[in-house]
Amino acid sequence: MSILIDKNSTYIIQGITGREAVTMTRELLDYGAKVVGGVTPGRKGRDVHGVPVEDTVRALTDRMRVDGAIVVVPPAFAADAILEAVEAGIKLIVVVTERIPRKQVAQAVEYAQQEGARIIGPNCLGIIAPGKSRMGGIGGAPEATRRAFVPGSIGVMSRSGGMTVEISNALSQAGLGISTAVSIGGDAIIGSTYAELMPLFEADPDTKGIAIYSEPGGRMEAELADYMQQSKSRLPVVAFMAGRFMDAMPGMRFGHAGTIVEGRADTTADKIARMEAAGINVAERIEEIPALLKQRIG
Amino acid sequence: MSLFITVEIADAVQSDEALKKQLVEVCPVDIFALDGPRLTAVENNLDECTLCRLCLDAAGDKVAVIKLYDGNARLE
Amino acid sequence: MRLYEFEAKQVLAKQGVPLPKRTFAKTPEEAEAAAAAIAGPVVLKSQVLSGGRMKAGGVLFADDPQTAKTHAATILALEINGQQPAGVLVEERRNIAQEYFAAVTWDGRAKRPVIIFSDMGGIDIEEVAETHPDHISRTTFSPSRPFSDYTAKVAVASVGVTGNELAPLTRIVAALARTFLQYDLTLAEINPLVKLDDGSIMALDSHMDMEDEARGAQRTLLTELAIPDSDTRQARPPTQFEIDGALVDSADTRGVAGRVVEFDGDMGLVIGAGGGSLTLFDAVRGAGGKPANYCEIGGNPSVNKAANLTKLVLSKPGVQKIAVMMNVVSNTRADMMARGVIKGCLDAGRVPADTIAIFRIPGSWEEEAVKILQQYGVEYVDRTVSMHEAAGRAVAKMGN
Repeated sequence: MSILIDKNSTYIIQGITGREAVTMTRELLDYGAKVVGGVTPGRKGRDVHGVPVEDTVRALTDRMRVDGAIVVVPPAFAADAILEAVEAGIKLIVVVTERIPRKQVAQAVEYAQQEGARIIGPNCLGIIAPGKSRMGGIGGAPEATRRAFVPGSIGVMSRSGGMTVEISNALSQAGLGISTAVSIGGDAIIGSTYAELMPLFEADPDTKGIAIYSEPGGRMEAELADYMQQSKSRLPVVAFMAGRFMDAMPGMRFGHAGTIVEGRADTTADKIARMEAAGINVAERIEEIPALLKQRIG
Repeated sequence: MSLFITVEIADAVQSDEALKKQLVEVCPVDIFALDGPRLTAVENNLDECTLCRLCLDAAGDKVAVIKLYDGNARLE
Repeated sequence: MRLYEFEAKQVLAKQGVPLPKRTFAKTPEEAEAAAAAIAGPVVLKSQVLSGGRMKAGGVLFADDPQTAKTHAATILALEINGQQPAGVLVEERRNIAQEYFAAVTWDGRAKRPVIIFSDMGGIDIEEVAETHPDHISRTTFSPSRPFSDYTAKVAVASVGVTGNELAPLTRIVAALARTFLQYDLTLAEINPLVKLDDGSIMALDSHMDMEDEARGAQRTLLTELAIPDSDTRQARPPTQFEIDGALVDSADTRGVAGRVVEFDGDMGLVIGAGGGSLTLFDAVRGAGGKPANYCEIGGNPSVNKAANLTKLVLSKPGVQKIAVMMNVVSNTRADMMARGVIKGCLDAGRVPADTIAIFRIPGSWEEEAVKILQQYGVEYVDRTVSMHEAAGRAVAKMGN
C-alpha cells in the first residue's frame, strides 16, 4: 500500500503547456502515472504528449474521474487554480508553484478544508509511491527516479523537495526503500504538515518507519512532537535538521520562504530538543538516517 | 569560442528556406539564427545546448551537434 | 521585508489608530524644529530595522529643543548592529499608566492569522508566555472572511481586560488585524500599546513585516511610503558582494543561481538547492571549513548563470577554491552545472582542476557531467559519497 496515491490514481495538470509542465508530463507518463488531462486557458483542443488540454477544470471532471490536480501555474494565478480544482470536486491538489503570498495560501487551505480536499505544498516537488505512481516532478527523469526511489518500508516527509530525493536515495541504497515520499513544501503555510500526514502512514501496513527533513522556522516540528507524544504512534521517526548555522542569525532569511528565525521556537536547537523529548531520533548526517531507522524497527 | 558544444551546418541547409526557419524555431536555447539569408550558429548560445536533439529531428545529418568535451563525439 | 517604525506608524494612522504627535527627522536641525513644534518633553528614537536599539543607546529623552538637537546628532551617528539609522523619530513623551502588547501574525499550525494579546506589554513577549501564560491570549481568525471586531474583543477580554478599556483596545486590535490582512503583512505588532495617565489609549511603538512575495501586489502602499524596489530590507543591509549576487540571479530568468549571503571565510561555495544548501553549509562548518558565502542553485539554471555565480564567488578576496555540491537533483542538470562552473573558472582566469575542490551533483544527466569533468581533470564524487562526506573532503583540500 501507499498513502495519498496508488497505481490507478488519475491526475490533471493545471498549467500543462508551460515549459516545466511539458517536461513533467513526459516524465510522469514515462514513469507510468495516469495523467488524463491538462488545463491552460485558451489552449482547449491541443494536446501535450497525447494528453488533452482544456480551458477549465470542469471540462475535464465532467467527463472523467480525476483523483488529483497538479498546479504548475505562475504565482499570480496559483490560488485561483487551486480554488477552481477544489470547486470542481478534486480531493487531492499538489501545488508546485513557489512564491504564492501566504494569505492566498491560507484562504485556499481554508476552502479546501471546508470541501474535504487536501492540499500538498505549495513550493513542493510532489508525491511518489515508488513503482506505482507519482504526482509532480519529484525524482526527475524516470531512470533517475527509479534509482533514488526503490519500493520499500519507509515513509518520507520533507520541507525541501531536493532533500526528499537525497534522503530517499540514502534509504534506497541502504536497502530499506520507500513506501511513499511526500515533498510537503517549503513555505510558512502549507496544506499538509508532518503531523497531519502521520495518521495516513500509521494506517499503511507497508510503512514501518518515518524519515523527515526539517529546517528552522515555523512550529511544524513542535506539532509533530506533540502528535508523537499524544498518539503513541507505532512508527519510529528519524529526523534530520538542516540550517543549524541560522540559529545565530536571527531575522535573516535563507532557503525557503518558511525559513527564518524570529523567536526561540524557530531555532534548530529548540526543535531538536522538542523532537528528542518526544522520542524522535535526530540524525547529525543524512547517512545516519537508515542505520537509526534499522535500529528502531529492529 | 564555445567550450563544450559546437554545431556544424551543412551547405545543403542554406538552400532550404523551410528548414532554416524550422531550425531557428525548434532550438529551445536559440542556437540557430538567420544572418540575412544565411543560417548561422550563435556563438554565445552554443554552450547552452541541452542535447535535446530537436534540431537533428528536423535536419537529420544536415546538422551536427559536436561534444567538444567527449573527443568531438557527434550527438546521435 | 521590515518597515521602519515611522513607516509602520504611517500605516496605523491610515487605519485611525491613535498615535503620539511625531515627526521623522533626518538631521539634528530637523529634530530640533520638531521638538520645538511639539513644545514639551520628547523622546528621540533611532530608525533602524534591527532590534535592541534601547540597549544600544538608540533611544534618548529631551526636555527642550536644544537637547533634542544634540541627542539627534548622537543617535544619527550611532550604528546599531551594523546598521546606520535611516533617521530619528521625534515624538511627544507621555505618562504611561499601563502597557499592553498586541500583535497579529501567521499561525502555521492553524494555517490562520492569529492575534496575540497581553496586558503585560513592553517586555519580551516570549518571556511573558513562559512565566505568565494567563496574561497572554492567542486568537485565530479566518483569512477569507472580512474581519469582524468580536474576534479582537475576545482576544482582549481573554486576558481579563474589561470596563472602560475594553472598547478602545478592541477598536485598535481590530484595526491592526485589518491592516495585517489588507497589506499582506507577516507581522503587525504594537508594543507597547499604552493607557496614558489621562485614560486614553495609543500605540507607542510598532513593528511590521510585509511578505516579500506580496511586494508587487502592495505597490500602492510602497509608493506611498517611498520604498523603492531596490530596498530589500534584510535584517542587515546587503554587502556589495550580495548585491552582485542578486544581479547574477535577476539578469537571467532561467532557474535560480543566487541568494548569495557573504561570510568571512575563504572557502567558496557553489551549492544547492534550498534545503541542500542549508544542509551543505552546516556540513562544511561541521567539518571545520570556513565558508566565504552561502548561495542557492535550483530550477535548472543556464550554463551562463552558473558561470556568473562561480565567477562572483571567485572574485571574493582570499577565495582560492570552491566546492560545488548539491543534493541528488531532479530538474537541475548536473552536466549544465559542470559546464557552468568550469566556464566560470576559466572566465576568472583560474584552472578548473586546481580551483574546484570537489564536484558532487548526482542525479539528472550525471553521466554527461562526468565526461565534462574528466576532460578538465576535476574531482567528481557520485551519490555513494554523502553530502557530509563530500563537504569533509572539500574542507580537507582547502589547505593545498
